[in-house]
Order: sequence, then C-alpha cells, then structure tokens
Amino acid sequence: MSRFSDFGNDLYTGSRSINVVGKRKIWYSISAVLLAIFLAFSLVKGFNFGIEFRGGSEFRVAGVTETSQQLAVDAVKSVVPEQNPLVSNVGTDSIRVQTEQLSDLESEDVRVALATAYGVNSSDVASSFIGANWGADVTSKALTGLIVFIALAAVLMALYFRTLKMSVAAVVALLHDLVITAGVYALTGFEVTPAAVIGFLTILGYSLYDTVVVFDKIRENTLDVEHSETTTFAQQVNYAVNQTLVRSINTTVVAVLPVASILFIGAALLGAGTLRDIALALFIGMLIGTYSTIFIAAPLYSQLRENEPRFSKVKAA
Amino acid sequence: MSKSELTKGARKRLSSLAVIVGLLISIIGYGVLSGSGASTTPKLALDLSGGTSIILAPVLAEGETVSAEQLAQAVAIIRQRVDASGVSESTVKTQGSNNIIVEIPGSPDDNTLKLIRSSAKLEFRPVLVTAQGISSTVTASGSASPAASESPAPASTPSVSPTDKSDVNWITPELQAAYDALDCSTPFREAGQVDDPTLPLVTCDTDGFYKYILGPVEIDGSTISDASAGLQTTSTGATTNTWAVNLKFDGTGTQQFADTTGRLFPLEAPRNQFAITLDGFVTIAPTIQAVIANGSAEITGNYTKDTAKTLADQLKYGSLPIAFEVQSQENISATLGSEQLTSGLLAGAIGLLLVVIYSIFQYRGLAVVTIGSLIVAAVVVYLAITLLSWRQGYRLSLAGVAGLIVSIGITADSFIVYFERVRDEIRDGRPLSVAVDVGWKRAFRTIIVSGLVSLLAAVVLFVLTVGNVRGFAYTLGLTTLVDLMIAVLFTHPLLQLLARTRFFSSGGTWSGFDVKNLGSAGYVGRGQFRAAEKVAPAKLAKASKEASKRQTIAERKAAELLSPSKKSGEKN
Repeated sequence: MSRFSDFGNDLYTGSRSINVVGKRKIWYSISAVLLAIFLAFSLVKGFNFGIEFRGGSEFRVAGVTETSQQLAVDAVKSVVPEQNPLVSNVGTDSIRVQTEQLSDLESEDVRVALATAYGVNSSDVASSFIGANWGADVTSKALTGLIVFIALAAVLMALYFRTLKMSVAAVVALLHDLVITAGVYALTGFEVTPAAVIGFLTILGYSLYDTVVVFDKIRENTLDVEHSETTTFAQQVNYAVNQTLVRSINTTVVAVLPVASILFIGAALLGAGTLRDIALALFIGMLIGTYSTIFIAAPLYSQLRENEPRFSKVKAA
Repeated sequence: MSKSELTKGARKRLSSLAVIVGLLISIIGYGVLSGSGASTTPKLALDLSGGTSIILAPVLAEGETVSAEQLAQAVAIIRQRVDASGVSESTVKTQGSNNIIVEIPGSPDDNTLKLIRSSAKLEFRPVLVTAQGISSTVTASGSASPAASESPAPASTPSVSPTDKSDVNWITPELQAAYDALDCSTPFREAGQVDDPTLPLVTCDTDGFYKYILGPVEIDGSTISDASAGLQTTSTGATTNTWAVNLKFDGTGTQQFADTTGRLFPLEAPRNQFAITLDGFVTIAPTIQAVIANGSAEITGNYTKDTAKTLADQLKYGSLPIAFEVQSQENISATLGSEQLTSGLLAGAIGLLLVVIYSIFQYRGLAVVTIGSLIVAAVVVYLAITLLSWRQGYRLSLAGVAGLIVSIGITADSFIVYFERVRDEIRDGRPLSVAVDVGWKRAFRTIIVSGLVSLLAAVVLFVLTVGNVRGFAYTLGLTTLVDLMIAVLFTHPLLQLLARTRFFSSGGTWSGFDVKNLGSAGYVGRGQFRAAEKVAPAKLAKASKEASKRQTIAERKAAELLSPSKKSGEKN
C-alpha cells in the first residue's frame, strides 16, 4: 500500500505527474485508431443479433446430465426435419436450442422430443417464441432514451459547471465509449440482446458519472486560474486529473470487480443469459469510460478553453 | 462548530438513519403479521420465479396509433378473461405506450392462451326470451313455450323459417332445452368461444342474474363511433340529475340501429329489448323507448357517475378497433429461474468480497466504514425493494439483480471520493477531525452532482423504455437515492465519530489515514521533516501547506524549465 499511497501523495502535491493534457495528441491518436478499427468492425462485420432481434423459437432444457448438442439437433429434426437448430450449452447442465419460428403445435412437439432426448421432465423444458420486432422495439425505445438522456445531462452539466464546453467534452468522451463498446461486440461476435442494450445504456450513465467526478475537481482547480501569474489553464486541468487519479483507479477497480465476477464466474455457471450480456457491456464500458474521462474528456476540455483570452496570458508570457 | 456539537450532529444523523431502517422494518413487519400480503422477501419477476410471459402488440395500419384509453380497456378485458379462466396470480398490464404484457405463473393451457390472444367482440342482438339466471328459480317469461322442452329429440333447425331476427321461430326445441338447462352460476361458455353472428345465442348477463335467448346479430359493436357518460338532458335542454350513457353510431350503424329500433319498438316485452353482448355475455339489455333514426341513442337506468362511465368505456372500446398479435411468448421454467438467481447472487457475493478485500488493502482501518456503509446500503435497498414489491407491485427481475450488482461500484465510489478528499486534506496538513469536515464539504458537492447524473439516467430510462430496461432503471435509481442517503446519514457521521477515536486520529499505519504515509502533514520543504504528532493546529498546517506549495514550484521551475507543459503545484 505504501507505494501506492506514495504515488497518490506525489500526484497530489505535484512532485510526480502524468502529463495527460500536454500529450493529448498521443491519446487522441490512440483513440482515433481504436475508433476507426471498431467502427470498421461494426460496419463491415456487423453485429450478431440475438433471437430477440431475429425472431424465432427458443427452448431451454434444464438439469440435463448428458450435454451432447447432437441430441437436441436430432430431437428438433424429428419434429421439423427442415430446421437447422442453433444449439448451445448454458452453464453446466442446461442446453439452449434456437430455431426459426415454429407453430404452437410444432413447438409443443419439440418440447416433448427434447425432454425425451435428454431424459428430463417436460416441465424442465422452457419454450419461448419471440417476434422479430420485439428486440427492435426495445432498442428503438432505448435509443430514444439515450438521446434524451444525453441532451438532459448536457444541460445539467452546463448549468452546474457554468460552461457548455464541459458538456461538449463529456459527450464526446461518452460517444467514444459507446462506439468502442459496440465495436467490441462486433469484434468478438457476442450476441446483441436486449440485456446487452441495457448494459450499453448503463455505460452512458457510468461514463458521464465518472467524467462529472473528475470535472468537479477540474472546476475547483481552475476557479481562479485566470488571475494566476504562475500556472496555465492546461496545467491546472492536468493537475486536477492527476489529483483524482488515485480515486479514478480505486473506483474503477471497485466498480469493475463485481462486474468481472458476474462476467467470468457467472458466465461459467450460467452461460449465455441476461447477466452475462449486461456484464460484458459494463466491463468494457467501465474501463473505457475511465480511460476516456482522463485521456479524452479532460484534454479536450482544456483544449476548448485554454485559448480563451482570459486564460492565455500566462501562456503568452 | 464545537466538538460536542459536532458529535451531537453526527449522532443525530446516525439515529435518524436507524429510525428510517426501523420504520421500514416495522411497516413490512406489520404487513406480514396483519396478513395483508406483505412478505419478508421481495417478490420475484417471471424470469426468476418461472412462468409464462406473453407480450401482445397491436396490429396497426400505417400512421395509426393506440390511445392510452384503448389500451387500458384492452387490459381490463384481457384481465377479465384471464381471471375467468381460473388462473390465479396473473398480471396483465400495459408495457410502454403500445403493448400489453400478460404474465402467468406456470405454463398455461392452450385455452388460456387462445383466450388471451382473441380480440373482444361487442354485438347487438334482439332479446327473444329472458328469465332469472339461477336454475332453481327458473320461470320462463314472455312468449317462450315451456312445452317445447318435452320433445324427446329436440330438433336443431327451426320448423318454420324465421321472417326476421326477432322472430320467436328462431327458438328451436334444442335451443329451448339448452336455455332451460342453463344455470348462470356455473361456467357454461368455452373460454374464447366464437359465436356465429347469423344464429341465435343462449347466454347470461355478466353478473349471472339473468339468462337470455338472443336473436342473430343486428349490429356489430365496431359501428359505435362514440360513447360517453353524462347527465341526462330533457327535451327543453335542461340538465337533470340522472346519469346516462350517450351512444353514437357511424353511418352503417345509424342505418342498422334505425332498422332495429323500428322493428323492436312495437313488439311486446321482452322482445322490445336488445342486448349488447361483450365476448358473448350480455352487458346490458335496454328496452327501446323510441325509434331512433339519427344514430344517437341515450341509455338510462340506475346509473351512478362511475357505472355510467364504465358502461360507456365498455361500449366504446369493447369491440376494439385494433387487433392484437403475440409479439413474444416466453416460458421460463421455475428451476431455470432459481438457478439464475442463485448464480447471480453468488457472483454478486464474490464481487462484494473482492471489493471488501480491495478496500482493506487500500484503506486499512477505514475499510470498516466502507464495508459498514455497503452493508447498511444493502439492508436499506433490500427493505425498500421488499416494501415496494408489496405496495407498488415491484418485481425483482434478473436485470434488476444486475442493476443492484452494478450499484455496488457506484455506491462505493461515494466513499472513495470522500476518503480521497479527506486524505487530500491530511496531505495539506490538517488534523483528521478537521480534514473529515473540510473533505466532506468538497466531496459532498461531487457526490450530489454525480448522483444527479445517475438519477437522471435512471429516470429517463424508466420513463422512455419498456420491459427489462425499466426494471434495471428502477433499481439503478433506487440504489442511487439510497447511496446519497447512506453517504449523508451513515458514512460521514460515522467517520466524524471515528475521527475522534485514538486509533484513527493518531494516524497509525492501520487507520487508513497514516500521516507518515500521507506525507505532507509533516512535510514543510525538501529535506525538512517534522514529527507528524506535533502538527496539530489547522492554521499552522495551512501555512505549511502554502509554504510547501511555493517551495515545490520554485524547485520544479528550476528543474523543469524546459518543459512548460508540466503543471505546477500552485493551488489557487
């Protein structure tokens, strides 16, 4: 601890500092490259949309002892021969089977066939039918929510910080986070389900939350900077980022630990499912969110303001 | 603020938190003991408890929209049908601005499913025969011929072709037998039964008081253009105190209604009545008092404002102009649901344990405050959710569980921001008790504004989204509020009190406020150290802070003249 705490002290007094604001071109370039890569993946490879977006029938067999996927394929084909079901193992003792949309009668037959194939009670086979526009409905509402939230949050921040430039910097960092997180889904081929959309929405809350905490310190440090003879606006912003760095690291670790626990431990136990889908988006989003607050939002804010005449006198001197 | 006042304030805040927790517990306890449906655990949503969830979406033409009233009426009709099918504990509610969600525990049978999906049918039929609906007191009235029931093999087709829809010749011996046997107090209709509009119908009213033989359908309910409740007006335009339901038909309906009233009006009772049926049950069977040719009718009876409004709504929306289709039907087995809950909670517990270990590593003795705050927050959230699931019908879903787990991080951040601020103040040379208060004032602003952002996210998502997203937003908002409350009523006062104890104020290695480790308290310039214990008065410390700052600048300026982008330690 003592080394970490020394690090904190040094950051606080300024005897050690990471030049975040000054080297912004480096961070911008890193992010630009990341954005380009992930945007390209999102556009070219596209997303692996879950059954909620494609529509279809889904069966879950719980408490199986034999986890062979072939059993499920055979069971489905015995009822509807032309179907090619997607079978995946969920957790240690569950099987998930997805098909194109089946009729009520067919899905009842498939249910019974699956129960027989895996030797379980037919009440342990859950069947779902999802219309193709269900996921799209949820998502379009979620997108509306996203846009309204960003607009309102920008207004809130502008009122609190008394400058629109902080809102601009925070929103840019937020969009950066969203594009990269979306890109990770495209890259890894993780299913995009309504649960993933929820995770995605949480990132925007978390990312802005994180930015606001750091910006509040920046606000404090730059209150009187225009009267200062010795420091520049950029220096004060950088100082604030460094002073809150320990907090940023601690908070990120604490916030990511439970999420990582769901993602890795939960996924091993549960396999595909709501919790894992939410956790992946959160895991990436939280890490990226902390990164973007420090390396995008803060330097960008400094850049937007440091050339204002009242802040530029030290620089000119 | 004097020291005793400060302690008093802290104690006051801690006890108000205790009062809140005690209040929550006693409300829930009262609910459990009085048997009013409360339970000591939160009620679970379908994805955790198992069951079937059906989402119905309206089938709309381009540009068509569904009004909130139409949706509410549809929900009421579907709820009536589900309840009538004998399924208990089901919920029917609107989801978002368009959809209806029906949740049924277990797997419903085919009939129940059909029932939910089929759309309501509102029809006007002429009354042929009516009587009280309880079989023990059957007394045939009107023009019915009881003798017909003696026929050993009732014929199913009319012996004489009926001339119009009010003709008693519609009553075949078979129909009469069915009518005679009908007991309205027992279920007699198949769920979701569809009646042929060209044939007569034997049925009861919705309350089961009367039974009827009705002629074929005269008018379809969809021709009603408007129905409203209002006070009756006399021919001179004066308003009376009698509530009435005003009915308006569209063009087709007006013509059909004029024909019907024209034919029924001269007939003797009960054939001068027409019955309005909803899903095959008679809602109302008014007697015709005039031939109505303008498509604008008034129904009077012993109505109150409420019953008139209910009837008007039933007439207006009973026959929904929109049909519903099943958008998704999900069946979750109870075992799978509980498995998900257990694993989710396990993952959450492990996550929490990791947070505890990390905070001990980072904050040493202070971890007591972190862990204490998280535990108190967890207790308050648990109680709030239990209370809400009783009073507000909240159901904890998997997405809600995820929201709770995520909130661990955001809740812990309040403490972290606070502790780091306190540490900063100590670094500036303030003694712990002062540092706690100054640090709190600064951290509080940050906690409030960042909490507002979280709350804003929760509210916007809750208002604008549907389903799972809503459940998630709900828990996120709830935990943010609890987080703010805990920070003010628990974390801060606790730290204030702890700051007075020897263990923490001495700044030992394990206190988390290790003065030596936090350095600057005794640091007045390069190479000059002062014993940490001696630094107590805040004023002195402040001066030393300034001194240390200026010195640092000077030194660094000299050393780093060539890299102006490096920031200085000047704090304005």
